[in-house]
Amino acid sequence: MSTLAYAVHDSMTMLRRNLKHAIRYPAVGFGSAMTPILMLLLFVYAFGDAIGAGMGGGRGAYLDYLTPGIIVMGVAAGSMSTSIAICSDMTEGIINRFRTMNITRSSFMTGHVVGSVIQTMASAVLVVAVALAVGFRSGATPLEWLAAAGFLTAIAFGVTWLSAALGLISKTVESASNKPLLIQFLPFLGSAFVPADSMSPGLRWFAENQPFTPMTETLRGLLSGSRIGNDGWISLAWCVGIALVGYAWSRSLFNGATRR
Amino acid sequence: MPSSVMPTSRSGVPGSPAAVSAVGLRKAYGDKTVLDGIDLRIPAGSVFALLGPNGAGKTTTVQILSTLITADGGQAQVAGHNVATSPDGVRAAIGVTGQFAALDDLLTAEENLLLMADLLRLGKREGRSRTGELLERFDIADVAHKRAATFSGGMRRRLDLAMTLVGAPQVLFLDEPTTGLDPRSRRTMWDTVRSLVAGGTTVFLTTQYLEEADQLADRIAVLDDGRIVAEGTADELKARIPGSHVRLRFPDPAAYGRAAAAFPGAGQDDENLALRVAGDGGLGTLRTLLDRLDTAGIRAADFSVHTPDLDDVFLALTGHGTTDRGTTGTAAPPHPEETPR
Repeated sequence: MSTLAYAVHDSMTMLRRNLKHAIRYPAVGFGSAMTPILMLLLFVYAFGDAIGAGMGGGRGAYLDYLTPGIIVMGVAAGSMSTSIAICSDMTEGIINRFRTMNITRSSFMTGHVVGSVIQTMASAVLVVAVALAVGFRSGATPLEWLAAAGFLTAIAFGVTWLSAALGLISKTVESASNKPLLIQFLPFLGSAFVPADSMSPGLRWFAENQPFTPMTETLRGLLSGSRIGNDGWISLAWCVGIALVGYAWSRSLFNGATRR
Repeated sequence: MPSSVMPTSRSGVPGSPAAVSAVGLRKAYGDKTVLDGIDLRIPAGSVFALLGPNGAGKTTTVQILSTLITADGGQAQVAGHNVATSPDGVRAAIGVTGQFAALDDLLTAEENLLLMADLLRLGKREGRSRTGELLERFDIADVAHKRAATFSGGMRRRLDLAMTLVGAPQVLFLDEPTTGLDPRSRRTMWDTVRSLVAGGTTVFLTTQYLEEADQLADRIAVLDDGRIVAEGTADELKARIPGSHVRLRFPDPAAYGRAAAAFPGAGQDDENLALRVAGDGGLGTLRTLLDRLDTAGIRAADFSVHTPDLDDVFLALTGHGTTDRGTTGTAAPPHPEETPR
């Protein structure tokens, strides 16, 4: 086998291990789908009439507005669970076993990241299913759905690499499990729940310039046919940027751990 | 593949090629020197024990030799590969079982072993047969489908070692393999090590138990504060301290004075009014000794027979014994446990 074939083989082995964990303990994956679903139901049924009226529509119109934001939030928050899985491996003995074996170094991280992206996308499907069940209607063509799936995968991939780095700097699983809150909170300060231009000036500036706003607007455009404009490119650039920073940071943290 | 490379010598005699060798290994964390120039040479097929108290640098030595950390100075070869320049070569030839069980708690025993087989790229069929074999051998076949998280300490250690052996390593590192185990599990571990050595594996063992080194090792190095203070077979080390002796204590200075005159060659301990008379403590020796005391008309307050064990060696060599710090006994001084992370 060539070096590349070894790398693929080892990464697949690590991926299988992580998927086995996910299937055996569905609570974790289920949990990351539950938060966005509960948010969706809460905002639609509790606040939907009021917010919808404020935006010049009703509950149904608000559901259509909210769903893309909830999906983006779910994908971002779900991706953050990687940090817990990685931190737990790093603090237990198994990582030292992997490090003393002749396996491709990167396979450990690759297995975690790919596994997490798959899980996140599975829970995104669940969120979409619930949204459709409570009345979300999208005029998207199959091609647009496909583009939406690809776009969400890009977000998941970027955030997961960042999350991997956060897992590596966490000394305990508890501190690793606190960090996702930051990412989970960000969409609130964007256009996920209400339009950014309805916010106070300072917050509005932040909302318009943080990554989750163009991401939400892009998904909204793909699913409801609204104008995407520059948001598509801006959010893809954010995904690539976050992924590169996360990847480079994880890599140096992971390699650094063996240089002591 | 590790399984295809078997050691050329199974004898472990000093002339056979070195499975592990190191020259001048150094390691410091900040301004704390952990290893201060370690030299090692371990013949293939033998058992080597690194004996020392907590904090002596045992784990650090294993971590360097098993490529987990890099040394600050010196060099080391394991199974013919330089640990610094050819770490993957080393990794392909070694197995490491540390102080804490390195297993995947969420997977079953069988899945843990199959994970190792996959990572060693053994192929489905060989992986399955290896796994079945090891489950039987380590007496965990009946719990093969239970999650590792539910295992007792002894079972975890057995599974851990079984995982290490999936790849049939040439050189096996065991870092304090029996720390925290009950006596029965400890015996089982010793038997396992012996059978591995019989199969040609070179074993590098660290321990703070003198008995363990005595029981298992062909050669022992005593590590103290980052330096090797002695190396040799258990018998060679025992020979380095004064031999068996009988200690006689006397009730008063007068009796002590007369006894000292009667045994001119004996070591004198004026403070305690005691004499150390060389001798093996056998019945014949004792009778002769007591006869001589009777003849001289001296009464001893009490006597005791001392045979050197590795404990004496340890204390004599590390200086952490009665002489230095006023502590007697078995345990080394309480160094803080090293936790390099």
